[in-house]
Amino acid sequence: MAVGRALVVVESVDGQALPASLELLTEARSIAGNVDAIAWGAGVAASLASEVGGYGAARLFDVGDVGDSLPGPAVAGAISGIVASGDVPEVILIPTTYDCRDIAGRLSVKINRPVITNVIDLEVGDGGIRSVHSLFGGTQIATARFTGDKPWIFVIRAKSFVPLQSGGPAAEVVPVQPGDLDATGAATITSHHVESQTGPKLDEADVVVSGGRGLGSKEAYAMVEELAELLKGAAGASRAIVDAGWVSYARQVGQTGKTVKPTVYIACGISGATQHLVGMKGAKHIIAINKDQEAPIFSVADVGVVGDVHQVMPKLIEAIKALS
Amino acid sequence: MNIVVCVKQIPDPAAPPAIDETKGTLVRSGKLAMDDSDSYGVEMALQLAEQAGGGEVTLVSMAPNGETSGLRTALAMGAAKAILVSDEALAGSDALATAKVLARAVDRVKPDLIVAATESTDGYTGTTPVQLAELLGFPSITFAKQISVSDGKLAVQRQTEVGYDEVECPLPAVVTVTAGVVEPRYPSFKGIMAAKSKPVDQLTLSDLGLDASEVGATGSGQEVLSVVEAPQRASGQIIVDDGEAYQRVVQFLQELKLI
Repeated sequence: MAVGRALVVVESVDGQALPASLELLTEARSIAGNVDAIAWGAGVAASLASEVGGYGAARLFDVGDVGDSLPGPAVAGAISGIVASGDVPEVILIPTTYDCRDIAGRLSVKINRPVITNVIDLEVGDGGIRSVHSLFGGTQIATARFTGDKPWIFVIRAKSFVPLQSGGPAAEVVPVQPGDLDATGAATITSHHVESQTGPKLDEADVVVSGGRGLGSKEAYAMVEELAELLKGAAGASRAIVDAGWVSYARQVGQTGKTVKPTVYIACGISGATQHLVGMKGAKHIIAINKDQEAPIFSVADVGVVGDVHQVMPKLIEAIKALS
Repeated sequence: MNIVVCVKQIPDPAAPPAIDETKGTLVRSGKLAMDDSDSYGVEMALQLAEQAGGGEVTLVSMAPNGETSGLRTALAMGAAKAILVSDEALAGSDALATAKVLARAVDRVKPDLIVAATESTDGYTGTTPVQLAELLGFPSITFAKQISVSDGKLAVQRQTEVGYDEVECPLPAVVTVTAGVVEPRYPSFKGIMAAKSKPVDQLTLSDLGLDASEVGATGSGQEVLSVVEAPQRASGQIIVDDGEAYQRVVQFLQELKLI
């Protein structure tokens, strides 16, 4: 083992750990002799203890209820409390989610340690752990490492590892305190808004059909949705059309959106900016339809159609309908 | 209301990136431009200051080489002045070292609100604004898609996995904005001319009371070991649509047993 102890930040929804956290628990087992987890939320520790235990965590540090507060300061405070108590993890693995990125930033300052983000793999080598990164739309691969004192904080992109259960017993729940947060803990959520979405989840779907600026208008996105539905897949989008307000952010694939690894990714009217390629390059097969033959999306496509989405997509949709 | 916008000047993102062979870091010695991601923060800050009926927008940036052209772009949009921390010792600073420098610079302005992009286009670490907030002892709200300020309170629509949350906190605070939070204005000719004479206060590390050992490559505690070409995907079949190209897509989906 490269290190003695790893701490994994576990974000949960309705008492269930996010897949991104289970991926990190799995990876933690292969780099560390001992794996612990930390989680937050009212009453979630009981159900999470068996779940994270089943992925190899010996202890579950429970921050408990953070009320309506954004969790970043409280969870970072609790981790820095664990470190200050002398029970120091050598590596801290954090998934790339909205709340967990906040945790990483706050924690970095609280324990005065740098962070390495956008990690897609960890390699165990002489003298410790190296992080692997995909740069410039996946054209370059970088490896990096920490040179200073532990704990080392790695923020890791979703779907970098395949989650595998260890069959371990329930983790021992250890309550921890966030400590004094003062003004830093003052951001509170006053309401939640859920945008309705039908069909499979974007980051779990076997087929993803995404639309980009080449669609020309918000209305044309209906073709993307129809094709996705016919293929029992999910509809995604490039940042350009999310920024333009055509579709909601929840559909965004890319660096600042979701990472998807479907069997087939169909890019419709998407040029393939670096920001987008990062989020979908891991698809097993890629189909691209775009007017511009020089578009970078064609460099990753198994099948590329140089053509107008308004001509190609309606015919494609009709043909699939006729076959099903 | 006085607002600070953190602005990063980056190498031209449209040009092929240049990597320093020995350090494995991005070469930043050439001409730098304002990161496009920051134009949204600048615009948001200008609108919030206007709505508050007064106050100034101050830019805070750091660069190892005294580059100001990116800051002039934001000054031309309407920001009042800029602070540029420029020191050769800053080269190779990571996100935490950067946040330490920005915190000292921001502290001179004592703003009510600090606006930053969620992440830069060149390094996209995405933690600097929250590290800055923690160093200053301020609350932070990240991933804002809509922002308003009233009665000393910041109210934000914050993106979530499934939609958005309404989040609020008292000022002073740090907020990070997504592209799309507002439509950035183009600098007018008048703005560009005015920007030339707006104050850009250049500070060194010693002006901020920071030691060179705390920043730059030495203060950063991480290093790039290698940068290599990624294995390329096998090149696919590209066909120009003659009206029937859709059939190849149908056939491919059939081969994969999806239809």
